[in-house]
Amino acid sequence: MAQVTLTNVKKVYAGGVEAVKGVSFDIPDGGFCVLVGPSGCGKSTLLRMVAGLETISSGEVSIGSRVVNQIEPADRDIAMVFQNYALYPHFSVYDNMAYGLRNLKTPKDEIDKRVKEAARILAIENLLERRPRQLSGGQRQRVAMGRAIVRKPQVFLFDEPLSNLDAKLRVQMRVEIKKLQRALGVTSIYVTHDQVEAMTLSDKLVVMNGGQVEQIGVPSDVYRKPASKFVATFIGSPPMNILPAHIDGPGIVALGDAILEARDLRQNLTEGTKVEVGLRPEDIEIASEGAAGTLPFDVEFIEELGATQLFHGKLSGLPFVMQAATDVVAKESKRLWITVDPDRVHVFDATSGARLGRV
Amino acid sequence: MQKNAYFKGLTIPLLLLLPQLAITIVFFYWPASQAVWQSFLLQDAFGTSTEFVWFENYTELFSRPEYFKALVNTAIFSTFVCVLSLSIALLFAVMADRQIRGAEIYKTLLIWPYAVAPAIAGVLWLFMFDPSLGMLARGLQSLGIAWNPRLNGNDAMILVILAATWKQISYNFLFFLAGLQAIPKSVIEAAVIDGARPWRRFWTIVFPLLSPTTFFLLTVNIVYVFFDTFGIIDTVSGGGPSGATQTLVYKVWADGKGGTDLGGSAAQSVILLIMVIGMTAIQFRFIERKVSY
Repeated sequence: MAQVTLTNVKKVYAGGVEAVKGVSFDIPDGGFCVLVGPSGCGKSTLLRMVAGLETISSGEVSIGSRVVNQIEPADRDIAMVFQNYALYPHFSVYDNMAYGLRNLKTPKDEIDKRVKEAARILAIENLLERRPRQLSGGQRQRVAMGRAIVRKPQVFLFDEPLSNLDAKLRVQMRVEIKKLQRALGVTSIYVTHDQVEAMTLSDKLVVMNGGQVEQIGVPSDVYRKPASKFVATFIGSPPMNILPAHIDGPGIVALGDAILEARDLRQNLTEGTKVEVGLRPEDIEIASEGAAGTLPFDVEFIEELGATQLFHGKLSGLPFVMQAATDVVAKESKRLWITVDPDRVHVFDATSGARLGRV
Repeated sequence: MQKNAYFKGLTIPLLLLLPQLAITIVFFYWPASQAVWQSFLLQDAFGTSTEFVWFENYTELFSRPEYFKALVNTAIFSTFVCVLSLSIALLFAVMADRQIRGAEIYKTLLIWPYAVAPAIAGVLWLFMFDPSLGMLARGLQSLGIAWNPRLNGNDAMILVILAATWKQISYNFLFFLAGLQAIPKSVIEAAVIDGARPWRRFWTIVFPLLSPTTFFLLTVNIVYVFFDTFGIIDTVSGGGPSGATQTLVYKVWADGKGGTDLGGSAAQSVILLIMVIGMTAIQFRFIERKVSY
């Protein structure tokens, strides 16, 4: 078990492309850190630098009290689960899991004990003699996990481990990974582009974009107080609505004719400053017509999701989505009046996209 | 899951196959059957009379020690050429597979020898190792090594092995490189993280995963040393000195063309034919099934 610390880590490729532009954060011992972001944001490169599969251009990565920049992957005391599982196709499941221990010259009976123990935890005891190609996707995933846990490493690294599974299995494995990580208490770094996985698994969420960290925090904080427009639209499903507006006074923004109170908004902004307002579909409530602080919303299309429903339409001419309970009655091509809790109005700088207010 | 389209009736499929079938029949089956027929015949020295002699050509062949010598020569020659050309090509491919600067140029240059005609390759090696003219032969002699492939049978064998190996390395290299590049990078990375050092990683992961390529190349190389090395042997040593580098295929030619023993030569080629059929069958039946993942 160990703490992982990244200090101003950069990755510059031979062509001068900067894939990771100086990232710093730390993961406490036993923590579960998820790196999330769109493809090409540098999250996988960052993980591979922690693993030692990519060289670190500058900055420092340390595991425990040891700087590992110059240490071979094998000596970093880590285990990794790959996206396509990367099982050894010519080995049985047993040998796949035993390979790492054999390389460490672990005694045979100790290997046997650990492999059987891992197989029991992952419920793959009956598959030990099989070859990877005789397994289903979910089973292969378990073997890949097994290969990681038999090593009893200080850190687990997961590189989009669930993206090759079908939706149902993905949810199931997600829960299992979380349970397993809690039970074993091993510090973990998990890379994904799926914001649901990111929210549910992490106790420390790192949102990345364009090689930089956009926000680091507890998932609920990242959701409630997104540090930028990028984070706001990336985390949460359906994504946050973004509307152009301007400052109309201390803590007040104007969207066209309508006035909204935003409690988090910084007070010292000049009136008339152009900003963008973010409203989560799930934060929107229906109000009575024409009341103060209400916005007109023209519903065009209703999506029934079973537990909730989504109203798609236009708000002052711009696409807008709101989520409503199933008992709310609305009709397509009708106008609704909506309102938002002033605590849940997010305001972003119109040019930089940074949050204007408390994070 | 593969979906097959079927034609109704036989006419269209036969028409589509006709060009291929015509080539196979005219250039392969017809000469082969001629050889089989020829192997049962005996002609007098002037070609005026031909007699059907059943297996006499074969029994005659097996009673001659030269034939067994050619058999042993072939075994030595093919073993060395296969082992050397495969292992050297594998070494080169492993080197080229790494991300190094200039790898593209290295790969391109390595392919060149394959484009050299066997006879030319033979002449090149003959020159380099010519006891009186050759640069490398002089080098050997200056080191005190007596080197004369024209007189010493072992020297001649070494020379044809070198030339034949050199020629085949490019071909093997190409396939090994493709095979190496087909191994998923993440499997190698998993092995790196699993603590396998390069040497161990190669023998426990890379080499086993490469085995389908290796066995394919083994078959191709055996066929190569059995048949396609004729040009090299002919230019380098002409089968000599005193039959020291005469392989089975070279003897077929020497007996038929030089010795005008058409029946005996045909019998030898039939035996070669059976050997190759046997080896190919082994390849398909046992080895290919065992090494596919």
